[in-house]
Amino acid sequence: MPLINYVDASGNQFEAEVEVGSNVMQGAVDNMIDGILAECGGACACATCHCYVDEAWQDKVPAVESAEQDLLEAVVDPKDNSRLSCQLVVTEEMDGMVVHLPASQY
Amino acid sequence: MQGNCIIIGASHAAAQLAPSLRQEGWQGRIIIIGDEPHAPYHRPPLSKTFLSGEKTLQQLLIRPLAAYDKIDAEFMLGQRVDSIDRENKSITLDNGETLSYEKLALCTGSRPRQIPLPGVELSGVHYLRTVADIESIRAHLDKSQKPAKAVIIGGGYIGLETAAALNKLGVEVTVLEMMERILQRVTAPVISEFYQNIHTEAGVNILTSMGVDAIQGEAKVESVLCSNGETFAADVVIIGAGIIPNIELAEAAGLTIDNGIAVDAYAQTSDPDIVAAGDCSSYPHKLIGSRVRLESVPNATEQAKTAAASICGKQIDNHTHPWFWSDQYDIKLQIAGFNMGYDQVLVRGDNNSRAFSVWYFKGEQLLAADCINQAKEFMQAKQLLAKGINPSPGHVCDTDFDLKSLLA
Ligand SMILES: Cc1cc2nc3c(=O)[nH]c(=O)nc-3n(C[C@H](O)[C@H](O)[C@H](O)COP(=O)(O)OP(=O)(O)OC[C@H]3O[C@@H](n4cnc5c(N)ncnc54)[C@H](O)[C@@H]3O)c2cc1C
Ligand code: FES
Repeated sequence: MPLINYVDASGNQFEAEVEVGSNVMQGAVDNMIDGILAECGGACACATCHCYVDEAWQDKVPAVESAEQDLLEAVVDPKDNSRLSCQLVVTEEMDGMVVHLPASQY
Repeated sequence: MQGNCIIIGASHAAAQLAPSLRQEGWQGRIIIIGDEPHAPYHRPPLSKTFLSGEKTLQQLLIRPLAAYDKIDAEFMLGQRVDSIDRENKSITLDNGETLSYEKLALCTGSRPRQIPLPGVELSGVHYLRTVADIESIRAHLDKSQKPAKAVIIGGGYIGLETAAALNKLGVEVTVLEMMERILQRVTAPVISEFYQNIHTEAGVNILTSMGVDAIQGEAKVESVLCSNGETFAADVVIIGAGIIPNIELAEAAGLTIDNGIAVDAYAQTSDPDIVAAGDCSSYPHKLIGSRVRLESVPNATEQAKTAAASICGKQIDNHTHPWFWSDQYDIKLQIAGFNMGYDQVLVRGDNNSRAFSVWYFKGEQLLAADCINQAKEFMQAKQLLAKGINPSPGHVCDTDFDLKSLLA
């Protein structure tokens, strides 16, 4: 199973094995990793699963779709590598991927 | 913090309360008792992607049961709590077993409001609240002749989402709404009208000002009789007449009830060892300015965090504005805030298109915004509300004006 590394705003690291086909948000929820709220459970409706995909892994994640783009434009502290983690479906290529969590989802 | 913390009800509130308890430092056992046979699952997709068959039960789970081992939370599923003995600090299960608690969390949620119509007991008549309800609806539809016919009684969000999902499955759907317009209790007329049109275009028959007198059939439902004498053939009938909070356990135990189990801002009931969170509880909401009982997932999870902190002796404010969403066809509605008591409604964008928003004010104060396929405006409304910034009517109605500039 691919291993995803979550790094919170204070630099603490958490590792989680996430099944292929699941997503980066679900990996955090299953492992009770703080910092991803996921209030809508992955319906792309809440933007409380915001994360930053590490620069080195940019080419491994799927492109941003329009509903996600709209939400991303209005998250707290958006950056070029901002993503909604529920939209990042896990693939084998993501094994070892690093995602950074924002200080706050609100 | 060494004894048992028992959580009654295994759904959204419980799924947040348990991990939050560990974070706040609870060291004793955490026991979650739920009468449904499943680990806590996402309820919103029931009337959306689960009914339409796009999601499986496994995908519905908030997290797999095994994931709770990480926080050492124990489940007793398929079991009901029958009573609470506050004096001895224990609860009794439906099988007679008794468990003692140091702290108790009531996450009993709500259930569909039953309506006393003749014929509601017929096979094929459903409410919509649980996985079991959806499985039963689907089984009935599978047995029906094609195309199957469904009559939905009640044009609220759940009824309308159900209509959209069944329409996708090729079912002929009729929605009967007693009031003058669908969504009458919860939205302004422009939104009701918008959804009426969307459903009509999709081929769903929506009838308003239509009271129902009886559900008819021999052993199984066959039709629905309306007060004006019209009848509608039906293979399944789904009743969506709102919900009522599950307060009976708390009431029998002598806890204060006020449109739900009454708790304070810290989710504390009238007994210092008992908290309540989610659909079953009402609390004074600082931002709304009155006691409310909210029926939404974000509310259940926020309140659960507050309740976990309370159990561990900490007071944290639940300071977020409510929000809600609804998916029907390709339309995503996101609602920021709570429109109770509004006296002015402004439309931003073109309400004849499939992307616009509706803003609710009380005097100059922004209360809420209903955003149709306008995720960005939803996020902006949420942030305006959080910061207590009231946009002027001119700014709201001018789509060239970037609302973000007010947030800087
Ligand atoms: C079809 C549908 C669609 C929805 N869509 C949305 C949406 O889009 N967005 C949104 O925010 N919200 C939505 N909601 C509302 C949302 O699901 C609820 O607000 C949420 O489930 C509340 O969670 P809860 O934990 O408070 O209670 P509930 O989910 O009601 O769970 C309470 C649980 O406790 C159990 N229980 C009760 N009494 C006992 C007892 N004595 N012993 C053991 N177990 C007991 C119940 O059987 C139930 O399993 C929807 C609800 C439904 C039904
Ligand atoms: S979980 Fe809500 S948008 Fe990702």
